Parts: sequence; structure tokens; C-alpha cells
Amino acid sequence: MLDELRQVEEEARSSLRVVQSGENLEIWRRRYLGKNGALTEMLRSVGDLPKDERPAFGRAANEAKRGLEEAFQRRADELERQDTERELRGGSVDVTLPGRPIGPGHLHITTQTLRQIYAIFADMGFQVYEAPEVETDELNFGLLNMPPDHPARDMWDTFWVEEGVVMRTHTSPGQIRAMREYCPEPIRVILPGKCYRYEQVSARSEHQFYQVEGLAVGHDIRMTDLIGTLTEFARRFYGGVGRLRMRGSYFPFTEPSIEADIECILCEGLGCRVCKNSGWLEIAGAGMVHPVVLENGGYDPTEWSGFAFGTGVERPAMLKHGIDDIRLFYGNDLRFLRQF
Amino acid sequence: MKVPMSWLEDYIDIDVPVEDLAERMTLAGLEVESIEYVGLPQAELPWDPEKIVVGEVRSVRPHPNADRLVLVEVDYGEPDTEVVVTGAPSLLKRAGEDELHLKVAFAMEGARLYDGHGSGREVLTLGKVKIRGVPSRAMVASEKELGISEEQVDIIYLPEDALVGMPLVEYMGDAILEFDIKGPFAHLNSVIGVAREAAALVDVPLRRDVLEELERHGTELSSEPDYLNLEILDPSLCPRYSAALINDVEVRPSPFWMQLRLRRAGVRPINNIVDVTNYVMLELGQPLHAFDYDLLRSRPGDERPAIIVRRAEPGEQMRTLDGQMRVFDDRMLLITDGGGPVAVAGVMGGEESEVSQETTDVLLEAANFDYLNVRRTSRELGLATESAQRFGRQVDPELTVKAAARAAYLMRDLADGEVAHVMDDLFPGREPRRVVRIQPAHIARILGVEVPTDDIVRILTSLEFEVAESDGDPDTLAVTVPSHRRDVTRPADLVEEVGRIWGYDRFPTTRMRDELPPQRENPRLEGAERVRDLLVGCRLDEVITYSLGSIQDEGRLHPGTPRPDADAYLRLRNPLSSAQDTLRQTLLPSLLETVRQNLRFVDRVALFEIGRIYLPVKGSPLPEEPRRLGIVMTGPREEPSWLQHQDPTLMGFFDLKGVVETLLNGLAVEGAFEPAAQAAFHPGRCAQLTVDGDSIGTVGELHPLVRETFQLPDQPVCVSEIDLDGLLAHCGPPREMAPVSAHPPIYEDLAVVVDEEIPAARVRDLIVEAGAPLLRSVALFDVYRGPQVGAGRKSLAHRLTYQAADRTLTDREVAQVREAIVSQLTRELDATLRG
Repeated sequence: MLDELRQVEEEARSSLRVVQSGENLEIWRRRYLGKNGALTEMLRSVGDLPKDERPAFGRAANEAKRGLEEAFQRRADELERQDTERELRGGSVDVTLPGRPIGPGHLHITTQTLRQIYAIFADMGFQVYEAPEVETDELNFGLLNMPPDHPARDMWDTFWVEEGVVMRTHTSPGQIRAMREYCPEPIRVILPGKCYRYEQVSARSEHQFYQVEGLAVGHDIRMTDLIGTLTEFARRFYGGVGRLRMRGSYFPFTEPSIEADIECILCEGLGCRVCKNSGWLEIAGAGMVHPVVLENGGYDPTEWSGFAFGTGVERPAMLKHGIDDIRLFYGNDLRFLRQF
Repeated sequence: MKVPMSWLEDYIDIDVPVEDLAERMTLAGLEVESIEYVGLPQAELPWDPEKIVVGEVRSVRPHPNADRLVLVEVDYGEPDTEVVVTGAPSLLKRAGEDELHLKVAFAMEGARLYDGHGSGREVLTLGKVKIRGVPSRAMVASEKELGISEEQVDIIYLPEDALVGMPLVEYMGDAILEFDIKGPFAHLNSVIGVAREAAALVDVPLRRDVLEELERHGTELSSEPDYLNLEILDPSLCPRYSAALINDVEVRPSPFWMQLRLRRAGVRPINNIVDVTNYVMLELGQPLHAFDYDLLRSRPGDERPAIIVRRAEPGEQMRTLDGQMRVFDDRMLLITDGGGPVAVAGVMGGEESEVSQETTDVLLEAANFDYLNVRRTSRELGLATESAQRFGRQVDPELTVKAAARAAYLMRDLADGEVAHVMDDLFPGREPRRVVRIQPAHIARILGVEVPTDDIVRILTSLEFEVAESDGDPDTLAVTVPSHRRDVTRPADLVEEVGRIWGYDRFPTTRMRDELPPQRENPRLEGAERVRDLLVGCRLDEVITYSLGSIQDEGRLHPGTPRPDADAYLRLRNPLSSAQDTLRQTLLPSLLETVRQNLRFVDRVALFEIGRIYLPVKGSPLPEEPRRLGIVMTGPREEPSWLQHQDPTLMGFFDLKGVVETLLNGLAVEGAFEPAAQAAFHPGRCAQLTVDGDSIGTVGELHPLVRETFQLPDQPVCVSEIDLDGLLAHCGPPREMAPVSAHPPIYEDLAVVVDEEIPAARVRDLIVEAGAPLLRSVALFDVYRGPQVGAGRKSLAHRLTYQAADRTLTDREVAQVREAIVSQLTRELDATLRG
């Protein structure tokens, strides 16, 4: 019996040496150490032995089992180590090969710019207000302090839809709409949207473009608030630019009127083609809401005051990204749009 | 508008550098767009004061070796004269003449000049040369060589008053300010207007003596002159008409100084009479017109020519100075004489009474016309003259007599004329001076800056406002507005004057201290932004196309049918082109055009646009502007790469539908797709999208014929157009969380065989209905048609997932649910199970 035990143990050890895979190792374990394995069977047959042989055989069998279990574990470790080595040997890639293209989608550069503008003004309490693109002459001009034949109308080249109806030339008619809707509440809104001008299309001008108008109306709105608001916007949008300057200007619907310039971000104020050698770039037209416009919106100018400003969307984006032709925006060449 | 500094200095002494002046004017609202330097050190070509001086030609001798050259002896202020070889045409003609006194621009060795014979602006340094054997080290320069003009004509001749030896830059160097005057302000469109602003800004007095011609010449005014019978029939359109008669003029070129000023101001010199009218217009801002007095006709029974200012008879005609016959309507104002129209008031004179070389007596008109009427007439006739543009911005009516006197005496001096002893002046429309009352506290309230009252008074006074304390109210100022400030009518106008002269650059910045207005929700904007994000997440690119298209483009979506009815669209009255004359009612034509253009460079095009369309509304001047979402996808599903070996699986209907489903899911909207027929779409690959029974859009592949009209390639072009506002209206409330079960799911496949015409959605709906609540999800994973299921039948294989939130399901429970599903399918659809 003991001989038989030795024989089984010997056979198990030699066959373990040739086991090369995890699968075969498991088969080996089942054959010798499993529930019905050879060694297990032998241990089970201890009872068949004469009483006095039992202790010696039991010890030997347990010892053999422990020995095989240890051998099994060693072999298992060895095989795993070999597996790992094999995987590492065969698994190298050329890490300089390009990754799998995702082909993500892109928001239009105008949308991205609008969102930046929304976010900056939202922090200052301005909410988005949308107004129609086809407007009455009265809202686009008349109620903005430009009665028919007013010379200031020359400042806008207008598409006419029919008598008294135009494609809005600016977002300013939305001021009247917002005031009439919200009166007598104070107001803080921005009015984004498409505007239209009867202008030949060139690298610098488009017949369709976006504007964002801002309007604040309250009991105590001051010109210095306007300058503060524009300064804050410029600082955040253009990212810590150099100097900002406010200069007098003229718009029929604001008084006093100003324009805000930033030091040209391309030449840093030295003068270049983009800033027409002035060193400055206009970023917004603005002013205190004209008393006539406040009245037309339903607000008594002796009690209320307000400021309004208007900024382009394409021009700021052009400055920020070095885009040199406004036609790229609505030409929709994906090779352009996918850059942003 | 261009204003030479040399002219401005007639009115003010400027002791700041021109750049500083320009900066201050710009900040105060008179934007200086550019400064053009002539000869000064800042110029592109400075004139060296040592080497370019006034010279005087004394004699001209023939060149010994050349017919086309002469030797010119020039005195340039040194003890010795210099002999110069030149081919200047005007000097060639004078070969052999002595004792000449011709003043010229003389340049010596080392002077830097432009190459007069080169095509561009190359700078040459004058050196010692020998020309046909005669040495020469200096030259008499032309305008092109000095950088004054682009053309090489002749050498420049200076007037006699030029001092020999004087540096040329001192004699005629200049800086020309070019202004971009914002706003309809006639008072700024003149040299005197700019000088007035400059004086206020640099705080120096304005010299007025140049203007005071009336006093200087002791002019008498008369409203009953013996040389003219003047009548204003429509004083509302012509508040004032002044005139002057200048006899015995000699029409000839203007002197050098006037030509130089006009040219620097951008006006071409013509002759002394016309030049004077232009000069005074530029100087004072008052447009003038000169008639040939002898060509004006009188009324019957009167010796004197008549000037009658009246509205035109409908259909009345006249040939204007530009040679065009003009027909007038009865709202246009004419200047007429005894025989008919002689000028369109404030716009342009008539050809017949024009000043010519033969003119001896000039009748000068200095009038004021209603600005709106001039604007209208100018627009209707298509005549945007300098005069009309100025009148259209409200010219100061007090200017007429001053301007007439100024011009009359200039004509006397420059054309040897004689000013008749009286000037006529009809002024039926005189208005009292306006007084505007304002409180310094109001100025502070609007500006946010406390400008001291003394400074307010100083600023307003410097702009020629008269400021007094208001009667009985020490806190209020009574400000009398000068006649040239037609634009100032209310306190806000004065706030602006104070603000801009005080200087916006001195304003502090503040944060609004006013209360924050009520903040409102904005689902309209948020919804659209959410849609954009979802679609970009589906690998679509956003585009923005033009709102303006054409009827033809809209018609291209329906080949073979008549063009859409133009009356159903809003259309522009003044389009830029016929391709963009209509307000669109669908995004698809411009999107498909965008796809076509991109397919030239890109294989995979998947894009979307959110934009408005414009639908006319009966009885309302304004259209509705609902927003549409357009999607187009075509080309390979994947970007080609080394990992994806040329397997161009093309996108088709289900790629697009997957995008739309993702969109609906992201918005928590339950949508349904039903087969639909639409002209632009492939009849078998077109679905109508409905939400809660509302049809809100179409999803499909483009009809091959439409694909052709848009010149798109022969591959599926997937297109969807959705009513965005309709879609967003159905957005669900925030989703409630579905608990994630900790218990294991049980999976099972179910292949349902049904008749071909049963839509897959119907099968799915029945499975979901019968499987509730333990059936957690259903996913279709295969569609099979073939011999195994028989003709006219199809097999739809679904993977079913069963799961309970609170326990592990038993096989029996699952079997029961499955049984319920199968019997439902069998009963409703006559379905069988496959395999």
C-alpha cells in the first residue's frame, strides 16, 4: 500500500513537470488532488488497512498530499509567471501610431462666442431676451428716436420687406420690446441675434451678422456703471487685455453716447492693418438710454435711467482667434468650423 | 471730412502736438480716423529743411547736347545760384528767357525724394550726376517727387509770396486730419466747427476775426435790393434766403493757396468762382450756389431778374449741372426765375444758369432749407451732393449772411469782382434762441460723476452756450443754445456736452448699485442650447446659414412640380441679389447646399442648424418666426483611419434615426415614427415624427431626384427637419430615478415571426405591454427574412431582460411572463416563435 502511494506520488510529480497550461494544470489537480483524485482515494481507503498500519500510512499519505499541493502551487505560480512574460513579450505596440479617430461634433464658432458672452453677463445679472428679426420700421427706427426721414437713419443700410417692415438692422428694437414687456420692473437683459444690413459682402462686412445688445434700466443707473460693466466684459472676454478707453460717439437712441475701444490685441497698440494703425479696436457702442427711448418703453425719464450697449459677435471672435475674413462664418466650410 | 491743420490754425493757436489734439478730439466724439502728413518729420517722406527749399528760377538756357533738356539757373537764397539740368515741359518752353522770377521747390544734393519717373513710391537720394555732359547736383521738384500727388505732370510752381531760401516744409508742410463725424451734425462738418471743438478741448480762444466780414467791410443789408426780385412762396421749406451780387468778375483758376487748401480738403479746384463757393462751404458749413446773373430771367413787367422759391409743379423738368434731365414732384422745392426752374433747392443747380468762362456777373445764393425735405428730394432724385448732405443735417440758419459776405469778398479779391452795395436777406422763418434748463445734480445723476458747477459753466461757455442762473432757482442753470447747435434741445443733450468735454477717460468705473431685477426662467434658450449639446454629442457639426434664400431654392425640394407661390413668402424689396431675395420657410435648401460644397473636401458630412423661418401672418405686418432644427448626414459612418480598413459603410436612414432618438431621449420626449410620404423624400424611407399626436417633423432619406437637383452624389443623404419650438413644448419634467436593482437580471432571446407589413414598433409595443412590470428592457438585435420563416414573413429577434427590484427572479416567474408575451403576440399579430 505504501509502495502504491509512493508510485502515485512519483507519477504525479513527473506528470506535473510537463504540464504547460492552466487548463492542464486543473486537470492534473483534479486527477490527483480533486474530490475523486488518486491521492484522495488512497486517503479514503485508510480504513481498509489493518489497524496498526493505519497511523503510518495516514501520516505518509498526508505528507504526500501536502507535498503535491506545494508542488502544484509552485507549478501554478511558475505557469502564471510564464503567461505574464509571454503576454508582455508579444503585446508591444508602436505607441506613435495615431489613435482611433472619434470625429467629435463642433458647435459653430458663433454659438461658442455667444455662450461666452451669455456667461459673462449672466454673472452680472443680465438675462437673455430674444426679439424678432423682421421688425416694423417703428421699432427698428421710430421708437428709437429716429422718426421717418431722420438723418441718423443713414447710419444703417436697410433691407426693406415692405412699407414699414424691415429686416432688423440691429438688436436695438428689442430694447423697446423688453421695456414694454417688463415695465415697471427694473431691467437687466442682453439681446442676442441675427441682424441684417444692405451691404455688399466682403472680408470685413456681411449682410447677415450677430449682435448682442445689453440694456439696464433702474432708478439709479449711471454712466460709470456702464463703463464698469463694459470694462468687466472686456477683461473677461478678451482675457486681461491691456488698456481700455471710452470715447464720445453718437447714436440716436443713447445720450450721452460712447464707444469702447481696447488696445489692439494683435499689435498691442503699436498700430497694424487690423486696427487701421490706430492701436485701438472698437468693441462696443454704448450710452445712457435716451429719454425719448425710455419714454417710448414706458419709463418716466425723471424717475428712471438706463444704459444700453451693443457689441458684435463675429468681430470679437475674429480678434480672439485671428480670423481674417468674416465670410468664413456663414460659408460653413467644415474645415474652418471644425477648428473650434 | 479732411481738415488741414494749416487751415485750422486760421482760427486757433494750437500749442499741443497734432497727435495729442487728434487723440483728444477722438475721445470727445470727433473721431480722427487718420492723420496725413505732408513734408513734416512724421511724413512718409519728410522734406529736409536744409535740402529742400523755395527756389527762384532766374533764367533758362538750352542744353548744349540735348533738345529735350534745358539748363536752369536757380537762386535758392545762397550767394551763388545753382544750374540744374531739367526736362520739365513748362521750362523747356522758356528756353532762352532771362530775368525770370519763377518760384519753385528746389532740392539739393542729399535730398530724399520719390522717383518721379518710377511707377511706385521709390525713394531716391539726389546725387551728383552728369546729364549729357553737363554736371547737375540739384533739381526743381514735381508734386510726385515731393509726395503731394501720384501723377508726374510738371514741376510745382509756388506763389510769389514764397520767400526764396525758406525751407519748403515751413512754407507748405501740413498735417491733414481726416474725421469720421458720427451723427447728423452739420455744425461739425466745417473747419470752423472743428476749430470750435478744438478750442473747447485745449482751452484756447477761438479767433473769430476771420469771419467778421460784415463788420470789416461795413456791409449794409437790405431786403429790397435793386438787382433782384426775391420771393419765398414756401417759408416752411425755405426759412431763409440771402443773396449777393458780384459784378465784373474774371473767371480763371484760383490762386495757389486756395487750390492747395481745397485739394488737401479733398475737393478738386475748378475755377475761382466755383472754388470760392466750395471753400466757404468747407470753412463755414454753409452750402452756396453761384448763378450766372445775366442768364436769370425776370418776370413780365420787371427789370430785375426774379428768384422765386417754390414747390415744383408735378412733372416740371430741368437739366441739372451734371447734364441729367430731372423730373420733379410737388414735394420738391425749386429755385426758379421768371422763366422756370434754375436749381433744385439745396441739392444741385441747373445747367442753364451755370457759371461759365464767359460769366461776368455772379448771383450768389446762401439759403437755408428744411432738412427733411432736402433729404427726401436728394434721395428721390438719386443726387447725394455735398450740399444736400449738409442741408440734410440741419445747417445753422444764422450762417447765410456771413457766408454770403465771406464768399462775396473772396470773389472780389480772387476774381477782381465788385460787390454790389447791398445784399438781400429774406428770413421769414427766424426762431427765437432756445433756452434749456438743467441742474448740476441731474448731470451727476446720469454721469455718476460730480462735475463742479464751475466746470460745467466753463465747458458750456467754451462751446458758445450762454449760461446764466435760472430765475429764482439757484440750483438750476439756464443755458441758451447757440444757433449752430440745432441738435441741442433737452437736458440730456447738455449732459453729453459736459461728459465728453470733461472726458470719459477721467470717469471711474462702478458696479451697479441699483436693485437686481427679477430673474426669470428661459426655457426657450435653454432648450435650444440643450439640443445643440445633444447633437454635438452625436458627432454632428453645427452650421449657421443665411436666412435669405430664393423661391427657386425652395422649389428645388419639389422637382417636377410648379414653383412655389411667391405670394406665400416674405420677399425683400431691395435684395442684394436674386439668389437672396426671399425669407426662407425651410432650412433644407441652404443645408443641402452647405453639404454639397463640403463634399468637395470632406467625405463624412453630418451637420445641423437651428434657425428661424419666416411665415407670413394674415393681417399682421410681421411674420411668425418659429425655429426649425435641420439635420443632414451623408457619407461614411466612420472617419477613415489605419484601424478601419477602407470599410466605407455609408450612413443611412437608421443612422439619422439614431441621432433623432438620442435627441428625443435627451429631452425626455416620447416620439413616434410613422411611415410618411413627402415629395422631397425617398417614398420608402421617410418617417413622420409625432409627439403626443402632434406631427413635429420629418426624418428620412432624400429623394434621388432632389439629390440630383442639389448636385449631391449617388449615396444616401439623410435629412430631417423638425419644428424646434414644437419639440421643446413637449419636453418632459425632470426624470425620476429608476432604482438600479442589486438582483441579477435574467436574459432571454425571443425571435418573433410576423407578417411583413407589421411594423417592428408594433411588436415591440406589445412585448413591453405584456411583459410589464418584470420585463426591464427589450432590444431588437436581428431582422431575418428567408426560407426559414417563409415568404411574406419576417423574424424579429429581441433580447429580453427580466429583473425585479427586490428579489432574484425564479425560472418559473420568468416563464410566466414569457408565456404572457407570447400569447399576446399570437393573439394580436398572429405571430409564431422561430426556432
